[in-house]
Amino acid sequence: MRDSRHGRLVLVLLLAISFALITVDIRGGRNSPIANVRDWASAVFGPAERGVSAAVDPVGRAVNAVKDAGSHEGEKKRLQDENAKLRQQVDNIEFDRNRAAELDKLLKVSAAGQYRIKPARVVAIGPAQGFSWTVTIDAGAGDGIKPDMTVINGDGLVGRVTQVGPMTSTVLLATDPGFSVGSRLAGSMEIGIASGRGSKPMNLKLLNGQAQVKKGDRLVTFGSQGGKPFVPGVPVGEVAEVRNTPGELTRSVQVKSYVRFSSLDTVGVVIEPPRTDPRDSILPPAPTPETPAPPPAQQAPPAPPASTEPPRGASAAKPATAGNRSTNAKPPAGGTTPPTGRD
Amino acid sequence: MRISRVFYAALLIVVALVVQVSVLARLGLPGAVPDLLLLVVVALALTYGPTSGCVIGFAAGLCADLAPPADHAAGRYAFVLCLTGYVAGMFASRSPRRSVLTPIAVVAVAAAGTTVLYAAVGALVGDGAVREVGLTKLLLTAVLYDAILAPFVVPWVMALARKVDPKPLLSGLSR
Repeated sequence: MRDSRHGRLVLVLLLAISFALITVDIRGGRNSPIANVRDWASAVFGPAERGVSAAVDPVGRAVNAVKDAGSHEGEKKRLQDENAKLRQQVDNIEFDRNRAAELDKLLKVSAAGQYRIKPARVVAIGPAQGFSWTVTIDAGAGDGIKPDMTVINGDGLVGRVTQVGPMTSTVLLATDPGFSVGSRLAGSMEIGIASGRGSKPMNLKLLNGQAQVKKGDRLVTFGSQGGKPFVPGVPVGEVAEVRNTPGELTRSVQVKSYVRFSSLDTVGVVIEPPRTDPRDSILPPAPTPETPAPPPAQQAPPAPPASTEPPRGASAAKPATAGNRSTNAKPPAGGTTPPTGRD
Repeated sequence: MRISRVFYAALLIVVALVVQVSVLARLGLPGAVPDLLLLVVVALALTYGPTSGCVIGFAAGLCADLAPPADHAAGRYAFVLCLTGYVAGMFASRSPRRSVLTPIAVVAVAAAGTTVLYAAVGALVGDGAVREVGLTKLLLTAVLYDAILAPFVVPWVMALARKVDPKPLLSGLSR
């Protein structure tokens, strides 16, 4: 054990400084003097994170390939050299195709909601021990990103931009306990506040304590003034569990987010909100009410069927020649109408 | 001697931080993320003693507080790692020959300690996220990952640290 008076003095001094920093930063909020230092730090670390994440992408692919292979373990133990090489190539193709599909889905969502988005990729993730769910994306002030913009991906709401550096920006994920978003139940129009709870499902507080909710009800963002921090109409998730909370003013339900936060990669930052509220027109298609809810709830978000409805403007602009098709592509206004328009 | 030590520590901190957020965190391991930064701080503290340990811990924590994905109040990690560096530094020994188990044990304790302390500091300044998330799984996985990673990182960092500054403890304590 070594210790010294000098050392203890330094320790106490540094601890005091860090506590002062915490206080100053919390009190200052958005205008805290630390913000400048943060900008500076993101100018230095941002490009480094971008570079490193680009450099290790092949490694990530290999790891993913190993992870995927783990599900059929025992089946293919000995792969020959060439076989392995070929597989890796295939994995790379798969990876690229996945990314292309993700981008495609993102574009579809943004077209349906008439958002203008800037696609970006996740380059760094904050550690879970930090009790905050944040990621760095590789788009910054140079790409037109500003604080308090909505971040989405092909499945729905990802989070909002909190801090912008020259080449990167930080996104607060919807799973962060400090995150909350005003949302509306599709169909019944009930308003509530959804907030993150880490790895657990989100919590939705419905302002109307008597609101009728059931499992499988879907949730879109309500939208904020001027589209900041949230543009309206972004799919958030669907109700996973309704618990009775007698005697409370608000009603709490659990919401399973559409986005899989553990495998977040390509996201889009909404740099221009839609002119009109798209309501729930960009929600993934509703599960049919007869079938038990969980299986379709699992499948619906990742794989939207081919009959994803076109944006309203587009369907209105189409001439009547495509009439028989437009019955299929009717937006699910009630939120629960089963797609039975085929005959 | 002093300057080289500063450069070595700064370089290690930056590399560890970037690798941690851009590589280790993206592996998507269940629970916690392997804390490379903590390993570096502990290794340097074990070589250079408590005074340097707490200065290095403070600097590393401040970087972690400010570098991009961080969105919490600046100073939280600085506080935690400063204390960790100091305590780890008290286990520094003069002789280069020593058991490998000591550093691993220190790392394991430090991993648990930093997680709890970080949560405690957060609770103190009104961040109630811990209550929502739960600590147990995070604590266990953090200790596990860090203890597994430690034998691959700590001895190298310590050996290089000795090479960079051959009389670590003397200069660390007198000045």
